[in-house]
Amino acid sequence: MPGEAVAIVGASGSGKSTLLGLLAGLDAPTTGQVRVDGVDLFALDEDGRAALRARMVGFVFQSFQLLPALNALENVMLPLELAGERRIRDAAESLAREMLGRVGLAERLRHYPKHLSGGEQQRVALARAFVTDPKLLFADEPTGNLDAATGASVIELMFELNAERGTTLVLVTHDEAIAGRCSRQIRLAAGRIA
Amino acid sequence: MRLALRMLARDWRAGELRILALAIVIAVAGVTSVAFFTDRVWQALGREAHQLLGADAVLIADHPWRAEVRDEIERRGLGRAEIVSFVSMARAGEGAQLVSVKAVSEGYPLRGRMRIAPGLNQADAEAQGIPTPGTVWLDERLMAELGLREGGAIDLGKSRLRVAAVVTVEPDRGISFVNIAPRVLMRLDDVPATGLIQPGSRATYQLLAAGEPQPVAAFERWVKPRLGRGERLESLENARPETRAALDKAQQFLGLTAMLAVILSAVAIALSTRRYTERHLDGYAVMRCLGAAQARLFSLFSWEFVFLALAASVAGCALGYAGQAAIAAWLSQLVASTLPQPSAWPALQGVATGLALLLGFALPPLLQLREVPAVRVLRRETGAPRPTALAVYVLRLAAVFGLLLWQARDAKLAGYVFGGFAAAVVVFAAAGYAALRLVGRLGRTAGGVSWRYGLANLLRRPRGNTIQIVSLALGLTAILLLTFVRSDLLESWRRRLPPDAPNRFVVGIQPEQKAPLVDFFRDSGLQPPELFPLVRARLVGINGRAVSAADYTDERARRQVEREFNVTDMTELPPDNTVSRGRWFTKQDLDRGAVSVEQWIAERLGIALGDTLEFEAAGRTFEAPVTSIRKLEWDTMRPNFFFITTPKLLRDAPTTYMTGFHAPTGEAELTARLSRAFPNLTVIDVGSIFRQVRAMMDQVIRAVQFVFLFALVAGMLVLYAALLATQDERAQESALMRALGARRAQILRAQRAEFAVLGLLAGLLASAGATAIGWVLAERVFQFEYVWNDWIWAVGPGLGLACVLFNAWAGARAALSRPPIVALREAA
Repeated sequence: MPGEAVAIVGASGSGKSTLLGLLAGLDAPTTGQVRVDGVDLFALDEDGRAALRARMVGFVFQSFQLLPALNALENVMLPLELAGERRIRDAAESLAREMLGRVGLAERLRHYPKHLSGGEQQRVALARAFVTDPKLLFADEPTGNLDAATGASVIELMFELNAERGTTLVLVTHDEAIAGRCSRQIRLAAGRIA
Repeated sequence: MRLALRMLARDWRAGELRILALAIVIAVAGVTSVAFFTDRVWQALGREAHQLLGADAVLIADHPWRAEVRDEIERRGLGRAEIVSFVSMARAGEGAQLVSVKAVSEGYPLRGRMRIAPGLNQADAEAQGIPTPGTVWLDERLMAELGLREGGAIDLGKSRLRVAAVVTVEPDRGISFVNIAPRVLMRLDDVPATGLIQPGSRATYQLLAAGEPQPVAAFERWVKPRLGRGERLESLENARPETRAALDKAQQFLGLTAMLAVILSAVAIALSTRRYTERHLDGYAVMRCLGAAQARLFSLFSWEFVFLALAASVAGCALGYAGQAAIAAWLSQLVASTLPQPSAWPALQGVATGLALLLGFALPPLLQLREVPAVRVLRRETGAPRPTALAVYVLRLAAVFGLLLWQARDAKLAGYVFGGFAAAVVVFAAAGYAALRLVGRLGRTAGGVSWRYGLANLLRRPRGNTIQIVSLALGLTAILLLTFVRSDLLESWRRRLPPDAPNRFVVGIQPEQKAPLVDFFRDSGLQPPELFPLVRARLVGINGRAVSAADYTDERARRQVEREFNVTDMTELPPDNTVSRGRWFTKQDLDRGAVSVEQWIAERLGIALGDTLEFEAAGRTFEAPVTSIRKLEWDTMRPNFFFITTPKLLRDAPTTYMTGFHAPTGEAELTARLSRAFPNLTVIDVGSIFRQVRAMMDQVIRAVQFVFLFALVAGMLVLYAALLATQDERAQESALMRALGARRAQILRAQRAEFAVLGLLAGLLASAGATAIGWVLAERVFQFEYVWNDWIWAVGPGLGLACVLFNAWAGARAALSRPPIVALREAA
C-alpha cells in the first residue's frame, strides 16, 4: 500500500536481497511478474526500468554505495543531475544542500566518503535516496555495516524521513527489532515466503 | 555536456585521470615538437622561394652555359645574372682555409637582398650591388678563422683580393644543412685572374633569370626541352630539391622516433583506463540504479574522456611548442636561417594524435562499462570486467599502424618500423618473462623472508610485470643507443683507419705541376704521394644505347648518371681493390682499351661484365668493354674510383691530377705552405671535415635524444600506471600481512626487492638491446669491428633501477600509509 513500511526478513542466504533486486527491477525473474504502480516492470526494457527508477524509486544499501570521487554534496546531487527535467537539474545543488541539512550534515558538504564515518556515509546515502522525493524506497540491510548505536540512529532517521514524505518503504533486514517497526513482515526461508 | 565536464572535474580532483592525461600530453608533445620544428623549416623553404633562389628561375650546370641560353634570357627581356661556384683555398698570412667561392655577375641577386657589414660585430645594411673589382666579401666564420680584420686581404689562386665587407645575410644560401666550407663572394670578372678555373676543374655554373611571371614561364617552357646532360632548371616550385629531400627524410625519421613515445603512451592509456573502469564499476551500477539510461550514461563517460583528451592534447601541443624551440636551438647551425613561427597545422596533428589514442586505447576498456548490470549494487560478483578481447588487440595494432603510416607517409617504411617495434616487443617480452620466472624461482630458495616474498610477487603478476619491463626497456634502449653506441661506432670507425691513412687530399693539380709537387714533398721531408690522373667524363651509353636519368627509377642511380665522374687510368690493380668478377687488365686490354667498374655503381646503373660503356669527356667520346667488376674498401681513405680505364683511352682527354697524403701531427702549416706554393690547388683537410661532421652529428643526435626522452618518460608512465593497477591489490596484501604480524619495514623491503629486480631486468634488457643493435650496425651495416663497452652494462641497470624505484616511491608508499583495518574493510 502507498506509505506502507514492509520488512523482508530471513536468515542469511534466504533470498532477501534477491527478492529486493527483483522488486526494484535490478534483476530479472525466471518466471512471474512484478508490478510497480501498476506497471509491469519486466515488460519494460532495461532503460525503461531505469527511467521508472529515476521517477519513483530511492535506494539505501548496506555498503552505502557512495561514489568515492564525489563529496557528500555531489553524491546527493547525482540523482538530480541525472534526471531528465532541466528544472530539476538546475535546482540540484540547492535541493541537495537542503537534504543534507535535514540529515544533520550541513557542515560536511565538501567531505569525501573516505573522510566520513560509517553513520555519516549512510546519512549521505539517505539524503541521496530521498532528495528525488521517491514514491518507493528500497533499503538493503541499511545498518548491516554499522555498530548498534549508529545503526539505531540511522534507522530512526530513515523512518522519520519516510513518515515525512509518505514513501512506501521495503526494508530488507535480519534484525527482528527493526523488522518489528514495519507495518508488515514477509519472512523468507530458502528462497520462499515462509 | 555540462554534467560530463563536471564529472571530469570531479574525477580529476580525485586523481583518477592523471596518468591518462599525462600519457596523452607526452605523446602529443613528442609528435608536435617534431612537427612544429619541421613545419617552421618547410615554411622557411617555401617562404619567398624566389628570395631563396635569388631569382625566379635558376639554370644549374656542371659546365659553362651555352651563349644561346644566355642570350635567350636577354631576348625575352628578363633580368639576367650569373654565378660560378667552386671550392678552393683562401690564404691569409700563415693560414689557409678551404672555402666555397661564389663568383657573381652584376645584377646579382635578382631577388632578395644581401646584407653586409664593414667588419665583424658591426651593424649591417643592405648591400648595394656586388663586390667591386679586386675585392671580396667574406662570411663571419671565415673572417674569424683566418683572423682577418677590416681592410685585410686574402690570396685566392694567383690573385690577392682585399676584404671589403662581411656578409651577414646571403639570401640564396638559406637552408642548406651542410655548409662545410665558409663563403667567399667575389666578382665573376675577377675569376680568370685567379687561374682557379681550368679545363677539368669542378665548378657549378648558374644562370639566373627574373621578371614578370608570364615571360619567366615562357622562358622555362623554352629552355626545358633544351636542357642537356648535367643541366637542370630550378624554379619556385622545385627549389632546393636536395634540401627538400633531406628535410623530408629528417621529418620522417624524427616523426618515427616520436612514435615510440606515442606507442608507450598508448600502453599507459590502456592500463590506466582499465583501472579507471574497474574502479568505476560500482559507481556505474549505482547510476544505473538511480535511473540513468544506458546510452546517456555511456555518452557522459565518453564525453568526459573526449574533453580530457582535448585538454591534454592542447597541453601537449604547448609542451611540444616549447620542445621544438629546443630542437631549433640545437639544429640552428645546420639550418642557418631565421625560421618563421609555425603554422597551426602541427597543433591539429597533435590533437588528432590525442584523439586517435583515445579511440584506440581508452575506448575499448570504457566500452566494458556498458555491460555493468544495475544488480551489481546488490551482488558485487556480477559485472566484473572481462579480459581484453582479441578484436580489441587488433583494433589497437591497427591504430598503431595507422599512426606510423601517417608519420612515415610510406606504407613500406611504416611496415618496417611496425615490424621492428613488434619484434622488439616480442623479444623483450619473451626475455623479460623468462627472466622473471628464473628470478622468481631462485628467490624461493635464497634470501630472507622479505626478499623471498618480494620475488614471489614477481611471479604472481607476470603479465603486469612483463608489461612494465618491456615498456621501460624500450625507452632505455633508445637512450642508451644514442648515448653509448653512437660514440662507440664513431670511435670504432676512426680506430679502423690505419695510423698513416691520408688526412689531406689535393685536387686540381695541373700536368705541369706534377714534378714541382713531388719536389715540394721531398723538400718537406715527406714521401711524395702517388698522383692519380683525373678526367671528368660523363657516362653516355651502355652497349650502344644512350643512357639518361629517365632510364632509372632509383633516385641515387638517377643522380649518378647525371653527373660527371672522376675517371682515372691505371695499369696495376690498386691496393684495397679486389676483382669480384672478370679479371684485371691483361696486355691485350691495355692495347685495345678496357674499363674496370666498381661493384656498387655497377649495380646501381645496371652495368654487367662484358658491357660496352661509352663516355664523353670535353666533347670527345670513347668506348671500352667492362673487363672487371671491383670491390673497394672505401673507408681506408685512399683515393678510390668508380671507373678505371686503361691509359690509352684517356691519353687525349684534358687531365688534372689528385693525390692523398698523410700530414703528420705538428705539421699544421704544411697546408698553408702547399697552398702558397701552388695557389690553384685545393687542399681538403679530412680531419677538419671529420670534426665538423662529428659536430653536426652531435647536434642532430642531441635533437633525436630529446625526442627519445619523451619515450623514456612515457615508459616510466607505463610503469606507474602498471603500479597503480595493482595498488589496491598491494594495499590489501600489505594490510593482511600486517594483520598477520609483518612489520612495515619487512613489507617495504619486500616491495623494494620486487621493484629492484624489475628495474634491473629492464635495464639489463635495454643494455643488451642497445649492444645488439650496435653490433649489427657495426659488423653488418658499417662493416667494422664493434668495440665492447663495459659501462653500458652498469648504466642500463642503474637507470632502470632509478626509474622503477622513483615510481615505487611515488606510488607504493600509499599502500602502507593506511591502517590495516581500513584496507581490509575496503577489500570486503
